[in-house]
Amino acid sequence: MSILVVAEHDNSELKPVTLNVMAAATAIGGDIDILVAGGNCSQVADQAAQVAGVTRVILADNSAYEHQLAENIAALVLEVSSGYSHILTGHTTAGKNFLPRVAALMDVSQISDIVAVESVDTFKRPIYAGNGIATVKSGDSVKVLSVRGTGFDPVAATGGSASVETLASVHELGISSFVGEEIAKSERPELTAASIVISGGRGMQNGENFALLEAIADKLGAGIGASRAAVDAGFVPNDMQVGQTGKIVAPDLYIAVGISGAIQHLAGMKDSKVIVAINKDEDAPIFQIADYGLVADLFNVLPELEQLL
Amino acid sequence: MKVLVPIKRVADANVKVRVKSDNTGMDLNNVKMAVNPFCEIAIEEALRLREAGKAEEVVAVSVGPEVCKEQLRTCLALGADRAILVECDSDLPPLAIAKILKAVYDKEQPGLVLLGKQSIDGDNGQTGQMLAALANLPQGTFASELSVEGDKVTVVREIDGGLQTLSLTVPAVITTDLRLNEPRYASLPNIMKAKKKPMDTLTLEELGVSAGSSVETLSVEPPAERKAGIIVENVEELVDKLRNEAKVIS
Repeated sequence: MSILVVAEHDNSELKPVTLNVMAAATAIGGDIDILVAGGNCSQVADQAAQVAGVTRVILADNSAYEHQLAENIAALVLEVSSGYSHILTGHTTAGKNFLPRVAALMDVSQISDIVAVESVDTFKRPIYAGNGIATVKSGDSVKVLSVRGTGFDPVAATGGSASVETLASVHELGISSFVGEEIAKSERPELTAASIVISGGRGMQNGENFALLEAIADKLGAGIGASRAAVDAGFVPNDMQVGQTGKIVAPDLYIAVGISGAIQHLAGMKDSKVIVAINKDEDAPIFQIADYGLVADLFNVLPELEQLL
Repeated sequence: MKVLVPIKRVADANVKVRVKSDNTGMDLNNVKMAVNPFCEIAIEEALRLREAGKAEEVVAVSVGPEVCKEQLRTCLALGADRAILVECDSDLPPLAIAKILKAVYDKEQPGLVLLGKQSIDGDNGQTGQMLAALANLPQGTFASELSVEGDKVTVVREIDGGLQTLSLTVPAVITTDLRLNEPRYASLPNIMKAKKKPMDTLTLEELGVSAGSSVETLSVEPPAERKAGIIVENVEELVDKLRNEAKVIS
């Protein structure tokens, strides 16, 4: 087996999800190379070379890859893919964007969002918002897999000493171009990597009230999430959405505040180790999966909780 | 400009679908079916482009068995001009669907293909990107804003950490995210009118595509059940339990 992992990064830092993807690759077994494609990103290649279990880092450093345009990245991965039995990346907005393009160009299926490796060709993945866990077997010569980060414990970020090779070829298709981006700057941990997450739902009533969650998150060092209902209602940005069509989290502690517990939300957080639900409706479905439930008005509970932490 | 909107028939989002007792798949017997929610957003966006004078025609297409006509009829009632059913087995993988849609794309030559970012049954999230790759088109995935000016499409994308804006050449493939728009409801007169709108049926032979799957589902199992926990009386007890029983906060 020979595995290619496509790294996720922002041109300066390797994203933690790559360590989870490495763990999935390690579970498959074989030599593992990491492709770092970006612009002015050589420091990311140096970080990737330190990751435990990496054989070789392939660095494609060119402005064509700076903004991870799917058209250019997919063409590059296609070129690099020769000789590999598996191609893996994270099931994040970055991975979801370019990986299906790679699979289609190679004329193979992609298996999305794997949560377990059963063998070199058999994997588990959730379907129907996690209401079923399918075991699927790929008959393709190359397995193209996107990996759910929370399904695999990360490998060590250091300890490796891989070689770094630079790739000179440039794929600039010229059919898409970067205009701009707005990345929220936050001191808080990223949702999918946070060990504690506190999320608000429709019960928060408006975006301003999320300040009550922020105060608690600051004390706990927690990430802040939201239900789809809260995003739909315009309280908070979609980037905060936890659920089937948002982010999948599995922290040590998940605190659901004013969230009823629609199946689409549960799909995004039910693998958390400890779940707390705070809701004034005692019949809310969220209580069925919560380890600790508190039936009370969140506007009374949150200030008191902040005091006691 | 013509807008092609591929849509999928799926179990209604409000239904909790369960695993079949023999673990061969999900039990869809007597389950209410609907247009996949992200596909509804795609239809809505196409209609808005037409209403804004940016598009002339909205064509809905679905790939699957004859019953998918119900959902295509819904799209016509919402305002699509015509519909195409590519009749074949259900449960084709995204790559096969993308190949079929590529054939429909070649036949229809739309300026934009608008589709949902994922279906809520398979949760694969692949079809749009695969279609874009096969047709060698640019893609704007997870769109939360879309504007068409001449032969350029500007798309604001929902990405981890925030938003990214791209400019794409037309024709292009766009996949829809949640905040792109709020879909309308079909009015009764429009539901009646939809019955007279054209709906074509195509076969895979007519399109010259073969469809198969290289991925086999060996089994489907229910997820591990979480056992119900306890109800605490007050915030003090909650904090005490988290500190001393679950030991997840200090």
